[in-house]
Amino acid sequence: MYYLDLTLNGLIFGSMYALMAVGLTLVYGLLRILHIAHAAVYAFGAFITVIVANATGSIALGIVLAMIASALLGGAIYRLLYQPLLVYPPYVAMIASMGLLVFMEDAFRIVFGEQGLTFRRNPYPTQIFDIFGLTINAVQIAMLVVSTVCLVALGLFTTKTRMGVAWRATVSNPTIATSFGVDAIQVRYMNFFIGSALAGLAGALIALLNNFVEPSMGFVVSYKALAIIVLGGLGSIRGTLMASFALGLIESFGTIAVGAWLDRDALAFLFLIVVLMIRPQGFAGAKTA
Amino acid sequence: MSLYAYSLLSIVGINIMLAVSLNLITGFCGQVSLGHGAFFGAGAYAAALCAVAGMPVPVALLAGLLVAGLLGLIVGFASVRLREDFLAVTTIGVGFLLVGFVRKQSWLGAEMGISKIPASGLGPDGNAVMILLFALATIAFSLYLKRSWMGFAFRAVADDEQAARTLAIPASTYKLVAFAIGTAIAGLAGGLYTYFTQFIVPDSFGFILSVTLMAMVVIGGTGSTWGVVVGTVILTLLPEAFRFINEYRLLIFGGLLVLVMRFAPGGLAGIVTSATRRLRRA
Repeated sequence: MYYLDLTLNGLIFGSMYALMAVGLTLVYGLLRILHIAHAAVYAFGAFITVIVANATGSIALGIVLAMIASALLGGAIYRLLYQPLLVYPPYVAMIASMGLLVFMEDAFRIVFGEQGLTFRRNPYPTQIFDIFGLTINAVQIAMLVVSTVCLVALGLFTTKTRMGVAWRATVSNPTIATSFGVDAIQVRYMNFFIGSALAGLAGALIALLNNFVEPSMGFVVSYKALAIIVLGGLGSIRGTLMASFALGLIESFGTIAVGAWLDRDALAFLFLIVVLMIRPQGFAGAKTA
Repeated sequence: MSLYAYSLLSIVGINIMLAVSLNLITGFCGQVSLGHGAFFGAGAYAAALCAVAGMPVPVALLAGLLVAGLLGLIVGFASVRLREDFLAVTTIGVGFLLVGFVRKQSWLGAEMGISKIPASGLGPDGNAVMILLFALATIAFSLYLKRSWMGFAFRAVADDEQAARTLAIPASTYKLVAFAIGTAIAGLAGGLYTYFTQFIVPDSFGFILSVTLMAMVVIGGTGSTWGVVVGTVILTLLPEAFRFINEYRLLIFGGLLVLVMRFAPGGLAGIVTSATRRLRRA
């Protein structure tokens, strides 16, 4: 049962990594930018959830508003920062993105305080269920369900709808997609809206799970998400999902195995470096774009 | 001069060594490294272990240089196969990995770090002079390197790796050399830092330091040695000159990175170049 618990735990964390990383991988696919500030959007979502939930008493309203606010923030980041930088080499936008992450995290610290915020009323993490001997709390169940629903919906959207197909076409080849009448600008906005809303949702769920948000919560997550999209082969959604769950599981088991001599967070990067040594193009990255 | 002035000079000197050496990797050779702080840390720890073991100062400094350079060679060797985006993420990873590893090692003092490191015996003024001499040597080396044949090869690789290869420039070798030289200088700076503070903790060498160094390079102007030196001096002294800034240091560094990249991707050096060009035309 112990190992099943670890597996479950790994899958739950993996599903959160997946929600974070899908947005990143799509931004990379569209713009070839490592959108490091994505993690600040995630922390922003978490803060909005707590603030709205505490002000109105409704956690659901908090999550919905957090997703909307995160989507708008993501769109604004694209419009104000990335769009004018697309003419320069990609590292220019990447360093700007890193600056934005540092800036926003410090702004959170100044605005919301060093100590972070807690929910006034959040009964869910302590609602524990016992399913065939596996202990799991309400938020963890929500995480699994929500991420599965979101990822399946995203998959259906990109394969079954006209807009989604246009999106995928633009990711794989912007020039040809545009010549077939796809509005690349619209696709980019949609991409930032959806990806950022998912990051905000992940932030909200993590906030619920920990019953706590703090200014630097995005830092470590951002690099893990970067590691994941690199592992996934940069731009491949399937590879990103595989890498997310692999990392969740590796962290879950690895902490037991090597926790005595290595940090849990450092483990992710050990995994990243080992995989890149064997497959420099990542899990699913066949193309060298 | 006061003790404070000496320590300020020492910090400026160390930061100049770090930013200029990062500029060799990122500015000259086009490899974005976001883990430079970790190589600085590796040098600092190597030097600290040597110093605690009672070895003389030059040996400890050399050990710092060699350990960091060797580590840089390994990381570089692994990463020449990677594209630039992969490299940036991998170097972030190396930084986290090294700091996370040291944090768990009892023989390296774990979270508490290494304290009671023997003094260099030069005193605060002697230390500051030694650090500044090394900083000047680093600047001179960087200026020389840029004009050397190898410097041209670096820039060819940075501009267009494929084109450089067709000119029979072994791009991978040069990327590796740039990485090894840059990290070795960072390791030397780490050794100097060890003698300067006589106390090191893993968290000093983490991601924030790496970002700060990148800010110094970028704000000064990637590729321009003097630009980087000016950027470093400004970003090091700014929080000292304005005490209230220290509280908002990260906010300001982050904001500066965004604004500089958004409106002047060439940094201070780029602004100066375009201004002189405009003046000449007028």
